[in-house]
Amino acid sequence: MAIRIENLSYVYSEGNAFEKKALDQINLIIPDGQFIGVIGHTGSGKSTLIQQLNGLLKGTSGKIFYNDQCIYDEGFEMKKLREKVGLVFQYPEYQLFEATVLEDVCFGPKNEGLSPEEVKERAIEALNQVGLSEEYYEKSPFELSGGQKRRAAIAGILAMHPEVLILDEPTAGLDPKGRDEILDQIKKLHTERGITVILVSHSMEDVANYVERIIVMNKGCVMFDGIPREVFQHYRELEKIGLAAPQVTYVTKGLEERGWKIDTMVTTVKEAKNAILKSLGK
Amino acid sequence: MIRDITIGQYYPADSVIHKLDPRVKLAGTIVYIVSLFLFQSWIGYVIATIALFSVIKISKVPFKFMVKGLKSIIILLMITVIFNLFLTPGETLIQIWRLKITKEGLMTAVFMAFRLIYLILGSSVLTLTTTPNNLTDGLEKALRPLNKVKVPVHEISMVMSIALRFIPILLEETDKIMKAQMARGADFESGGLIKKAKSLIPLLVPLFISAFRRASDLAIAMEARGYRGGEGRTKMKPLIYKTRDKMAYIIMLLYLVCMIVITRMI
Ligand SMILES: Nc1ncnc2c1ncn2[C@@H]1O[C@H](COP(=O)(O)OP(=O)(O)OP(=O)(O)O)[C@@H](O)[C@H]1O
Ligand SMILES: [Mg+2]
Repeated sequence: MAIRIENLSYVYSEGNAFEKKALDQINLIIPDGQFIGVIGHTGSGKSTLIQQLNGLLKGTSGKIFYNDQCIYDEGFEMKKLREKVGLVFQYPEYQLFEATVLEDVCFGPKNEGLSPEEVKERAIEALNQVGLSEEYYEKSPFELSGGQKRRAAIAGILAMHPEVLILDEPTAGLDPKGRDEILDQIKKLHTERGITVILVSHSMEDVANYVERIIVMNKGCVMFDGIPREVFQHYRELEKIGLAAPQVTYVTKGLEERGWKIDTMVTTVKEAKNAILKSLGK
Repeated sequence: MIRDITIGQYYPADSVIHKLDPRVKLAGTIVYIVSLFLFQSWIGYVIATIALFSVIKISKVPFKFMVKGLKSIIILLMITVIFNLFLTPGETLIQIWRLKITKEGLMTAVFMAFRLIYLILGSSVLTLTTTPNNLTDGLEKALRPLNKVKVPVHEISMVMSIALRFIPILLEETDKIMKAQMARGADFESGGLIKKAKSLIPLLVPLFISAFRRASDLAIAMEARGYRGGEGRTKMKPLIYKTRDKMAYIIMLLYLVCMIVITRMI
């Protein structure tokens, strides 16, 4: 289920005083089964880009191919695309509306036209995946805490069994444990089911720990695209656009400046530990 | 998508009209609208046209934005024209079956159409060049004398400015929630009336909840900053007439006099 983006540009409020070019000539190929991180400063066009991927926004120019079929072609079934490309919005808790959590999670699969039993089965499975236990099923979504709402909303998308899962800052405002739980769950889905995951995040650590490819957005353009250890080598450029490398990269860089012979291509604590031990000759 | 709706939208530009005191613009709009109904002759239209287009030109708002406002009254415009065209008694010009178009009818229809269009364009100039906040400030100050007869002018204008401020926010929110539900397979377009109404639930519930949440947040934030009604409250940017405002009043007066004198003479 590869996605290919060709020369995609997007302008908000075109022909209006508030015109704003949010995406500028984007070219990307997203093959099956990758875990991709998208980073970029506020307003760099991350949310705009991912809304293009399931056709919620239509590019002002350029094309998007889903399995070699252009999604802007006449007769292309947008609804099918949206079942396959699941998008969890920034602050998804604002989309909850049903009387109970369980019913709300059922909304997506129900729209796919599944049988009631199957819908319920999927909803329960999804709620388990995000760590909401049975005691919450019959609660009103509005009684939950912010983090629990977030989980319920993510479950609402997981229940649709997407082949491509896109999450726009899913962990903003969660505690460290909740953050790890959710990201671990997503990682598990990625390895078990082989789904493609695109994770938009402001946390360099999260990105370094989970993804295998990073796309750096800057002012509507793709600035870097590569594996984390390579992308974070450009930490000076990243700092210029308001981003950074993971803390451990700075640690090893600092050691190198102080004369250590050390591998600085590290992005996670584990890698850093190994590099330091190796440099100490242990 | 939904953001493209424009209701009394402000168009930022750097022009004298933008800088005028909102009270001047309010008065000007009223004077202009009244003047449209003062005359019957074509010379009046010439003057009104020149005045309107000069103001539009000075305001630096592109003409196509002005015209946008006209879309909303197109049906009203057509009805007015058709009624006037066929129902005014007088000298028959063309007769189709039992429908007569009279000379007087044609004249009134054309004049009425122009009046309506100018009326909308005139008030568009006001809303396009004045921020909603500024406008309500102006209204509040202009209506302050009504305080004496126990009209809560400050509260009314506060309600108005909050309402105006919230229109774009709620539109944006609607857009966001619609997209989020569409990502979950919701369908807002197809189906019959009942199905369509039902499909609005996933949109309306979160929208209302967020509107209430915003309302209560705003109320708390206002109280936290010591808001307690209009009594003794001063403005950060008090409205004071400047030279250009006085000049604008004089121009307005000249326009009105011109209009009356010339349309009476010719
Ligand atoms: N509905 C809209 N109408 C007009 N302009 C918009 C709209 N949404 C976003 N923009 C503009 O488009 C640009 C890109 O916005 P986008 O939401 O994609 O940024 P982002 O990278 O997701 O930022 P953040 O990290 O804050 O979520 C911004 O400059 C923003 O001001
Ligand atoms: Mg965003």
